[in-house]
Amino acid sequence: MNLALSDEQVFLREAARGALSRFKTLEAAREALDGSGGALPDLWPTACEAGWPGLLVDEAHGGAGLDVFDAMLVLGECGRVLARVPLLGHLPATAILGDSPNGASLLQKLASGERRGAYLPAQPPSDVHDGWSVDPRAGLARPPAPTAVASSDGTAKVSGELSFVPDAPGADLLVGVVLLDGAPAGVAIEADSPGVSIEARTRYDATRSLGHVTLTDAQATVLDAPEESLAAAWHLAQALIAAESLGSVETALDVSVAYAKERHTFGRAIGSYQAVKHSLTEVLRQLENGRSLLYYAGWARHGAPGEFPLAAGAARSVAGRALDHAARTMISVHGGIGATWEHDAPLYFRRAQLSRRLLGGTGAATDRVAGELIAQADAAAA
Amino acid sequence: MDLDDTPEQAAYRAQVRGWLDQHSGEAPVLHGPGAIEDEDEIIAARRVWQGKLAEGGLAGVTWPKEYGGQGLGPIEQVICNQEIARAKVPGILDAIGVGMLGPTIIAHGEEDQKSRYLGPMLHGDEVWCQLFSEPAAGSDLAAVQTRARQQDDGSWKLSGQKVWTTNAQFASYGLLLARTDADIPKHKGMTMFVVPMDAPGVTVRGLRQISGEAEFNEVFFDDVSLDADAVVGGAGNGWGTALTTLMFERVTIGLGGEGLGYNSIRFAGAIARDKHARRDPEVRHQLGEIASELLAVRFTGYRTLTALQRGQIPGPEAGLAKVTIVNGAIRAGDLIADVQGPDALAQDSEWAYMISFLPGLKSAGGTEEILRNTIGERVLGLPPEPRLDKGIPFSELRSKEGAAA
Repeated sequence: MNLALSDEQVFLREAARGALSRFKTLEAAREALDGSGGALPDLWPTACEAGWPGLLVDEAHGGAGLDVFDAMLVLGECGRVLARVPLLGHLPATAILGDSPNGASLLQKLASGERRGAYLPAQPPSDVHDGWSVDPRAGLARPPAPTAVASSDGTAKVSGELSFVPDAPGADLLVGVVLLDGAPAGVAIEADSPGVSIEARTRYDATRSLGHVTLTDAQATVLDAPEESLAAAWHLAQALIAAESLGSVETALDVSVAYAKERHTFGRAIGSYQAVKHSLTEVLRQLENGRSLLYYAGWARHGAPGEFPLAAGAARSVAGRALDHAARTMISVHGGIGATWEHDAPLYFRRAQLSRRLLGGTGAATDRVAGELIAQADAAAA
Repeated sequence: MDLDDTPEQAAYRAQVRGWLDQHSGEAPVLHGPGAIEDEDEIIAARRVWQGKLAEGGLAGVTWPKEYGGQGLGPIEQVICNQEIARAKVPGILDAIGVGMLGPTIIAHGEEDQKSRYLGPMLHGDEVWCQLFSEPAAGSDLAAVQTRARQQDDGSWKLSGQKVWTTNAQFASYGLLLARTDADIPKHKGMTMFVVPMDAPGVTVRGLRQISGEAEFNEVFFDDVSLDADAVVGGAGNGWGTALTTLMFERVTIGLGGEGLGYNSIRFAGAIARDKHARRDPEVRHQLGEIASELLAVRFTGYRTLTALQRGQIPGPEAGLAKVTIVNGAIRAGDLIADVQGPDALAQDSEWAYMISFLPGLKSAGGTEEILRNTIGERVLGLPPEPRLDKGIPFSELRSKEGAAA
């Protein structure tokens, strides 16, 4: 039994914090709210220098050969300062390629960061939803994953539409799941090939890069990744956004607690009032629960792969709600100023509002938890 | 990061499992066919079983060897608990004594107290109860009013009332926190005592809860005589001694959360049996939220264990896990009863029992509100509430309270 960070993991986290502290990410995020996206620093060179693009790639292919939990530590640091580092799209793409023997040649340049990957998210089937689906442009109906027609040379032509794909703008290689003769298959698509269109979109949180991806008979390499690893990529993305969200919760809590100690009303620090103290303790409770579930997800990925969907879903569910709550608490503890651009609180609030609606949404992760547990209960009763 | 046993832990697990394989047939049957029904017989059988567990080294795992324990760590305790659960046999009867009160006596007691009390406690020959809470002293435990007055010959006379006392109806001894000096500030004027429950002047009365069962008692003390050597940890040191007990209580709760049966698979099973509910989006959403938090608590427990293994003492944040468990189980009870309808509230329903038990559990070991205060102050470092009782002699507090109101 050992659920503590190793010395190497502590070093990885501290190094990430140090690297990101060289940039004024929050100031840039505020400036970017006016629509001048160019105000955001390009953090990819920093990420490459630190070796983050290759975190999940094995050493034989130029990566660091680390695990999901290490990646989550880095994402948490990005979340703390709302740093736009396109790892949420890149890392699951490398995970699928890493599980594809015929994708190895594409991996080296992704590991170094010389090229950037973006994961085309597709939600695997569950006990109540048949088939692979993608996030809709609007509404609740989820369209099916893109479809592919095989050519004789091991490639395929892919057609379909994906909405609000994290980190798609500027990516070099798109890696995702398509339906090939009705069965899920991994594909890698050069972003600059004919039939690929990526429209950048900004919604509410300027620090989050999104794109609508339209594929029209786009040429794709069909990967030989097993179906489990295609599903695992979705769950990995859930775990990563959970870690990133909890990083944001940490900052929201730290800033709110500091203010509650220094701000006085009626002759007392506001943090001495139970109403304020208890709402901050509630943020801590949700944060601690989320942290515990990151350990679960980090362990389950290889320690109990059958539980990874449950663990990652639970982490996303708790972390998503934690960020919602922490961002609102941050505003209310600060009073009126917390709802203005004078303060950082709106930046975290915007992050929370958009995050809960990406990658299936926090709600889909919660539903996944229910489905996985119902399946476990069925198995126990059988 | 791993959840695996080390070779030493695996060897210990095999040893415990081996003992249970050999002896589980001797365990009393408490549920299902052939279960013992008479309350007194159940207690008698569980005492005998505790004695066997102690002889096998499965009770008092963390107690020092010189007092009959195994001298092992919290991880081994958890392994032992897991194996007992796996064997589907009851654990020890006197978890409060062995888990909290015995360790307090080991830490603060005199040598002759240790040699007199610890052995019979460990073997279930003498069950103990914890006499701390009072009608007007719960979360604010240092407000106890039960009064012990020292006599000229050094003995003590005890009068007052305790409440929420588990196992008092069959306990041989209680560990009791009493006020011994009311003329100094409240945290300073208390002393811990060993009280024989059969002493003249001790009255135990069952306290029926929402479920109708009486799991707790009120205990009354009417001029009970205590020998001079009944004091544990020195006169006037009662608060420090009590804090030791409370620390062991946190460890016990932190390591045993799921032992209460509030786990996500059990709740999911209740939903899964209804073919509409298991596909209903709102029911699934509720179940997913509840279950995610309960799963988190399991891993918080593993984090606590890791800290203990490294020689760190779990702090008050372990209390957050209790808040999560209780509130998660309350939501689960509501959800399951909404799905099943009034039958969930039938007399013999496991859910009716859980639903009835939880409102009280919310306040057990300190109310949720006081836990959130403690955590806000000790963990987040927020300033404390203004207090009216600091530095004021206990005997003057009542008049101050009246003046402030």
